[in-house]
Amino acid sequence: MSTATDTIESLVKQEYKYGFVTDVESESTPPGLSEETIRFISAKKNEPTWLTEWRIKAFQYWQKMPEPTWQFVKYPKIDFQDISYFSQPKPKGDAPKSLDEVDPKLLEMYEKLGIPLRERGRLAGVAVDAIFDSVSVGTTYREDLAKKGIIFCSFSEAVHNHPDLVKKYLGSVVPYTDNYYAALNSAVFTDGSFCYIPKGVRCPMELSTYFRINAAKSGQFERTLIIADDGASVSYLEGCTAPMRDENQLHAAVVELVALETAEIKYSTVQNWYPGDENGVGGIYNFVTKRGLCKGKNSRITWTQVETGSAITWKYPSCILLGDGSKGEFYSVAVVNNMQQADTGTKMIHIGKNTKSTIVSKGISAGRGQNSYRGLVEIRKSAENARNFSQCDSMLIGAKCGAHTFPYIEVKNTTASVEHEASTSKIGEDQIFYCNSRGLETQDAVNMIVNGFCKEVFKELPMEFAVEAQKLLGVSLEGSVG
Amino acid sequence: MSKQPILEIKNLHAGVENKKILKGFSLTINAGEVHALMGLNGSGKSTLAAILAGRDGYEVTEGTVNYLGKDLLELDPEERAREGVFLAFQYPVEIPGVNSTYFLKAALNEIRKHHGFQELDAIEFLNLVKDKIKLLDLNEDLLKRSVNEGFSGGEKKRAEIFQMAVLEPKLAILDETDSGLDIDALKVVSSGVNKLKRPDSAQLVITHYQRLLNYIIPDFVHVMADGRIVKSGGKELALELEANGYEAILKG
Repeated sequence: MSTATDTIESLVKQEYKYGFVTDVESESTPPGLSEETIRFISAKKNEPTWLTEWRIKAFQYWQKMPEPTWQFVKYPKIDFQDISYFSQPKPKGDAPKSLDEVDPKLLEMYEKLGIPLRERGRLAGVAVDAIFDSVSVGTTYREDLAKKGIIFCSFSEAVHNHPDLVKKYLGSVVPYTDNYYAALNSAVFTDGSFCYIPKGVRCPMELSTYFRINAAKSGQFERTLIIADDGASVSYLEGCTAPMRDENQLHAAVVELVALETAEIKYSTVQNWYPGDENGVGGIYNFVTKRGLCKGKNSRITWTQVETGSAITWKYPSCILLGDGSKGEFYSVAVVNNMQQADTGTKMIHIGKNTKSTIVSKGISAGRGQNSYRGLVEIRKSAENARNFSQCDSMLIGAKCGAHTFPYIEVKNTTASVEHEASTSKIGEDQIFYCNSRGLETQDAVNMIVNGFCKEVFKELPMEFAVEAQKLLGVSLEGSVG
Repeated sequence: MSKQPILEIKNLHAGVENKKILKGFSLTINAGEVHALMGLNGSGKSTLAAILAGRDGYEVTEGTVNYLGKDLLELDPEERAREGVFLAFQYPVEIPGVNSTYFLKAALNEIRKHHGFQELDAIEFLNLVKDKIKLLDLNEDLLKRSVNEGFSGGEKKRAEIFQMAVLEPKLAILDETDSGLDIDALKVVSSGVNKLKRPDSAQLVITHYQRLLNYIIPDFVHVMADGRIVKSGGKELALELEANGYEAILKG
């Protein structure tokens, strides 16, 4: 019989199954970052002058900014001159006009990942925009959506076809001055997804973006912009994977959501970037800025995230509750194993009257992983009767990992009610033994206990995504006890 | 007619970290029998239960445990469970967020798989559960809650007996199931245990007090002290213990 310590130490070892590299010819800029690089990207994408200038301003601002160091993660200094800022699969002739013209190897890769990029998968009922390295590869169901007036396309296309919307909202929630990585993204972003739901339309299917980093030494800087007009609603899913590589790769995305009067946006992420190996070699640095603006009255934005991948995760999907009666929600499961580090949480900024926010964060640490929850609840003076409820629970598996909680609460209005609950538990040998003594294997027991721990978050995910997330959690923790 | 032995413990010596707890414990339990194991705190009762269920951290230095022809000590805890050993815990743990029905269905299906039976689907399982609930006169509400989470002491013990009813073990070990129960709960739990008595299975009831044995009538009573059985007898031994105390028995 193994001893208790061995038991707990061996539950986290499972190969990353998305670690393959796709052999497509790609066109990359040489590593390096300068105004020239930015002009090159902008020219490559045939962008209007206002956007080029916006990028340059962001770049100049970024150059003056110090790299942030307040986060509770450790990594060697990033050499921004050693990253290639643009990589795209080499087009055969002109840019692909339909999926039929996309390199079959790419489509094969998405099949392998289980992404229904080809529209033959009608039953899947999910419209997908796939981003490969820097470029959007294809968007499905576009015509069906267009009939309802919904725009769902790559960011590059939106710049050309819907410049007014892009100009109006780009940077309106996350200005380039916001933070170091948002500034960098604004300067060098290459593509992303764009979505607009017109007044009164409920989007009939889940919209989804799938991100894949393939090329070596490249960074991925995509930009997502989602606007739900008055009375509109949409549910949006985001997934991501990357090949296994020994060097670290940078992913610095920006996601902006805008919800107008009574609009609802539900944004769900299952993040499974390559986490690096057992010894912490390789893996993605996931430094992402995600923010939603509840601009209109009674609007609502829900962030749900399941973070299992990346060597370092550093993100705070946030809500600015500007409209009276608006609601912000954040449901998060973050798992770290081996040498992974996560510093994640949310910000809820209450500005409008009667605004409400809910935060449920579940952190799971295994191996030598370090997991921090960092969250801000800010009630501004104008926010009469604001309500917040936060719950942060941490679970430890084994004795070498860590869980940390950094809650920040700022209240400037006396009518506010703010509740914060936190707990830390160790996945008990008692719990595992109890399950064993009922006939369950240790691995199944751990999965069951961890899934139970995360239940409040999983129930917020769209059905099929929830199943996916549960499986992923099982895989991430495989071998952490055994 | 010779009875079929379910459990044969011979000269068991065991302990934790150099501390000997069991010192030559022997006991044979046959099919259809109910045995009560009594003794003062620290006599080794719960250690015996833990070792039989396979809890980590105990070292067996001498002796054998034969369970239905198998060396019980060689099996992992989950294998023991699948072979029909059930421990009703003295302190059942809470598993937040894991639905009781889901948990129990997973457990039953592991046992069924092990014996080559088809797994029950959700509907079949619910039908089975409803029958057992009626048998034990339990509140159905327990099943909708997370495993033991927020249960009162009495509810936890009832839930253990309910699991026992569903899993139908060959050998049930009840570790101080009476501790922390008021008299009503004690009656419910005991009547459940009595209803689950079958000619092909056995029960080992570990208790500190005689009062449980007013409701569960054992075929044999054993008194344990310092890691082994010092006196065995019929149910009247429990009454003698109640009347004269442990000390009188230990001296005599």
